[in-house]
Amino acid sequence: MEGDIATLGAGLAGIGTGLAALGVGNVAGNYLSGALRNPSAAASQTATLFIGLAFAEALGIFSFLIALLLMFAI
Amino acid sequence: MEQDAEIVAGEIVAEGAPDAGGLVFHPLDQFIVKPVFGDGPVHWYSVTNVTVWLAIVVLATLALFVLGSRSRKVVPGRLQSVVELFYGFIHKMVEDITGKEGLKYFPYIMTLFVFIFFANYLALLPMSYSVTSMIAVTAVLGFGVFIWVTVLGFVLHGTKFLGLFWMKDAPLFLRPIIAIIEVISYFVRPVSHSVRLAGNITAGHAVIKVFAAFAPVLIISPLSILAIVAIYGLEVLVAGIQAYVFVILTCVYLKDALHPAH
Repeated sequence: MEGDIATLGAGLAGIGTGLAALGVGNVAGNYLSGALRNPSAAASQTATLFIGLAFAEALGIFSFLIALLLMFAI
Repeated sequence: MEQDAEIVAGEIVAEGAPDAGGLVFHPLDQFIVKPVFGDGPVHWYSVTNVTVWLAIVVLATLALFVLGSRSRKVVPGRLQSVVELFYGFIHKMVEDITGKEGLKYFPYIMTLFVFIFFANYLALLPMSYSVTSMIAVTAVLGFGVFIWVTVLGFVLHGTKFLGLFWMKDAPLFLRPIIAIIEVISYFVRPVSHSVRLAGNITAGHAVIKVFAAFAPVLIISPLSILAIVAIYGLEVLVAGIQAYVFVILTCVYLKDALHPAH
């Protein structure tokens, strides 16, 4: 298995994906705790939930993109 | 980038003979653009696996919606109920987020949703090419939404549209700083909008192929096949959610263009 410093960087970019997982879990967990306190208001906030999930997830996808760029474009 | 990927993938395939102990195939091999007829270089006019699957997506969409809405019965049949389900779902979402005045732009958002939805789900078929994993496809969709929304904002509100970046509620000395941040975040929107879709689909399909590459190894083969099933189930979920997220963000951006004053 060979590799250079770019491969190492690609591996380090994987940390970003894990951190995005924390963010996504935070959004979903807070939604759930809010929804269990007031279930009648939960249905109206699912759109907001998905917007929040999407924004949190996008940054993790960015680090995946950086990993791909380091592996194939450099 | 595509050509580089092809070369790198080719090398790994060559190295990965069974006795070398490497992967049998590279997980990103599935995203190589290949011409369908012959194997010459890819020109702008050549029929590749991407264009074939784009055509299949468009034809499948057309078939469902033309056949489903041909006989508009009061009591819908099976096909018509599916079409009505799609229509009602997106119609309600557009109305909830952008309000009544956003319904004028409902056809465009419906088109986006149905195209991405079908592209994502047809990509889950074995041996298919995942069209939405190409950044070129999603960038056209994302930048199309961005340019449309920006032009629409200026057409509807003129220079008042710039009030989107000028927070009236913030303290005066903070407003220029917030304006700079808002401008940056506004121009990052199309990038994140398109990369989110392409990245999710690429990552999901690559993960399936990574587990598939471990399947021939006898000791871990049951585990890896179980993992493929699990990840595939997750991908079925992700395919729908990403199509939904794409159009919901389109609606949010449209709402900013319709009501720029917060």
